[in-house]
Amino acid sequence: MLRLEKRPNPSKFWLYATPVVAVVMTMIVGGMLFAFMGKNPVEVIRTIFWDPMFGEFAFYLRGQLLVKAGPLILIAIGLSLGFRAGIWNIGAEGQYIMGAICGAAVGLAVYPTESRLIYPAMVIAGALGGWAWGMIPAILKTRFNTNEILVSLMLVYVAQTILAKASTGFLKNPEGMGFPGSRNFSSYPAAANPELVAGTGIHWGVVAAFAVAIVGWVLLSRHIIGFQIKLSGQAPRAARFHGVNPSRLVVLCMGISGALAGLAGLFEVTGPAGQITIDFNVGYGFTAIIVAFLGRLNPIGIVFAGILMALTYVGGEMAATNLGLPAAAIQVFQGMLLFFLLGVDVLTNFRIRTAILGVK
Amino acid sequence: MLRRTLLTSAAAGFGLALAGAAAAGEPMDKVKACFVYVGPIGDGGWTYQHHDGALQVQAAYGDKVELQWQESVPDGADAERVLTQMALGGCNIIFTTSFGYMDATNAVAAKFPNVMFEHATGFKRDHPNVSTYNARFYEGRAVQGTIAGRMTKSNKIGYIASFPIPEVIMGINSYYLHAKKVNPDVEVSVVWAYTWFDPAKEADAAKALIDQGVDVIAAHTDSTAPLAEAAKTPGVIGFGQASDMAEYKDGPRVSSIIDNWGPYYVKRVGALLDGSYEQIDAWEGIAGGEVLIGEITDAVPADVKAEAEALRDAIAAGTYHPFTGPINKQDGSAWLADGQTAPDGDLLGMGFYVEGINGDIPQ
Repeated sequence: MLRLEKRPNPSKFWLYATPVVAVVMTMIVGGMLFAFMGKNPVEVIRTIFWDPMFGEFAFYLRGQLLVKAGPLILIAIGLSLGFRAGIWNIGAEGQYIMGAICGAAVGLAVYPTESRLIYPAMVIAGALGGWAWGMIPAILKTRFNTNEILVSLMLVYVAQTILAKASTGFLKNPEGMGFPGSRNFSSYPAAANPELVAGTGIHWGVVAAFAVAIVGWVLLSRHIIGFQIKLSGQAPRAARFHGVNPSRLVVLCMGISGALAGLAGLFEVTGPAGQITIDFNVGYGFTAIIVAFLGRLNPIGIVFAGILMALTYVGGEMAATNLGLPAAAIQVFQGMLLFFLLGVDVLTNFRIRTAILGVK
Repeated sequence: MLRRTLLTSAAAGFGLALAGAAAAGEPMDKVKACFVYVGPIGDGGWTYQHHDGALQVQAAYGDKVELQWQESVPDGADAERVLTQMALGGCNIIFTTSFGYMDATNAVAAKFPNVMFEHATGFKRDHPNVSTYNARFYEGRAVQGTIAGRMTKSNKIGYIASFPIPEVIMGINSYYLHAKKVNPDVEVSVVWAYTWFDPAKEADAAKALIDQGVDVIAAHTDSTAPLAEAAKTPGVIGFGQASDMAEYKDGPRVSSIIDNWGPYYVKRVGALLDGSYEQIDAWEGIAGGEVLIGEITDAVPADVKAEAEALRDAIAAGTYHPFTGPINKQDGSAWLADGQTAPDGDLLGMGFYVEGINGDIPQ
């Protein structure tokens, strides 16, 4: 009989081994799935994990990995701070949308003025939009003790409704022949977020993601706030004795994660997406939750997790197009990654013992 | 007879000149034709029909055509990446089958002047290698409206709308006008789902309509969910949308609009093969065979069926235009004078309801 026994302390080895084991298991079981579908599993796995980085079109796809990973990393680092402190912001998708709307609104309001100040103002507006949307569940939690998971999640749907309103109403392109959607920022240089170096995929959002990863790492490992966050998550009572104000921490963590999600939205709408549309959000805010955990809530880990996740998207698309796999099979493959991650994660806190029958 | 509108705008004219250099004239031995889909092929509606068209291309040209496709591609950056990947991967012609791909299609087309792009339901042809194509679905809506007006007992008919774009608004107007023509007491309720494919949302929209007392439901979304929902309430009928949805024939489905993209795809890929390819703006309907009316079932009385079929045939023959005046806009101002038919430009940019429809277009 197998039995789980709680470890006195989380295992350092499994903390870092878990993501690797999860990826390997996903490849094996995913490969079996692909084999069942009549595809060559080695070829599919190679197409997903190898080709985007080293294959024939890697010169283009490597940049696309960064385009895809940028917003994931930016959002996930914000989320990881709260997650470490036991504050569960599930509504980053909504904060991402609101950041995009607020930032885009500032740019479109002054169209077609050309000034170097416009883009920085939009960036600030984007961060504030996301921050404000994150403040709603934060204040409701600290004042009325509501559940931030539910409130932040529900606000995603509110944000989507506002997005629909923006695309068909107040941000609609007046020259769009009646079609919903804002002006395209690619034809408005002062408010655009173009590729900084042609062919690399790097735009301001990617730069911000890497900068925030470094700041986040310093914050968590060197700063008193990082210490308070970690302490609150591991030992809430001890944290209170230590003088940590839980309400302040909620406001801080929700605010930071909201602002970063808002930034991600702003960079996306002015760059890769180009315009506000009704279905502008494609789930980065939710996928970032997986990325945060895959990266062990560690800013540097999240950078790698973000790139890995981007790989499953970009490579998955290639597998779907070139090998004729249905999109659903790729989604199952991505789901497996989280499933195995959570499954193997048990080993961080528990060890497996073989028990003798009859003895408990 | 084949009706094809070739917009002779400045852009198109300029395009034709350049496209000649890029594509026409040079016959090709083999064409790689690629398709980008907004939903899964298994949606049983919109994407299913596009894929069916793709398979017809394969059937028509066999080894001379290689097919490639990608399902469930979101708009924006993801669409651009998929399109770029396809262009890099050697696709000669790429069909982007949803209006949301409009800007992405034009952006990628600029980088690959030797790859031909065909965008469904949009209006931007910024580059000589971008063509657009659409179908006159409003013609099918006229037939549906006639059936709906005759069949409703509550005098309340419903429409599940996807996005507030001219194509959808056109459909609502045509549906209502023709229901009203045969039943002056009819009212239409519109629910905006803000999605092309989301079975749960589509079913919710159908449920909301049924709760309002609606007993005839037309859908402008891609899945069979509205029919599945209608099947739960006796007396409620609906239509197959985009695809025949024949599996609901014993249930609520009384007729359907079938998008038949195959002939267009076969023609365009064929033109690329024989070197006669040119940039166009295609908009065909019942007459051109792009829009088919699915079998009207026995749930519909014979006289209503005959009336609906007569309307279909009149449209096919070109003797009747579904938007023939006098028609006023919702605010009471005049749109079309007596006997005047709607110019295509008005339809393609349609942003208003006709007189008699309650509610507002979201904005």
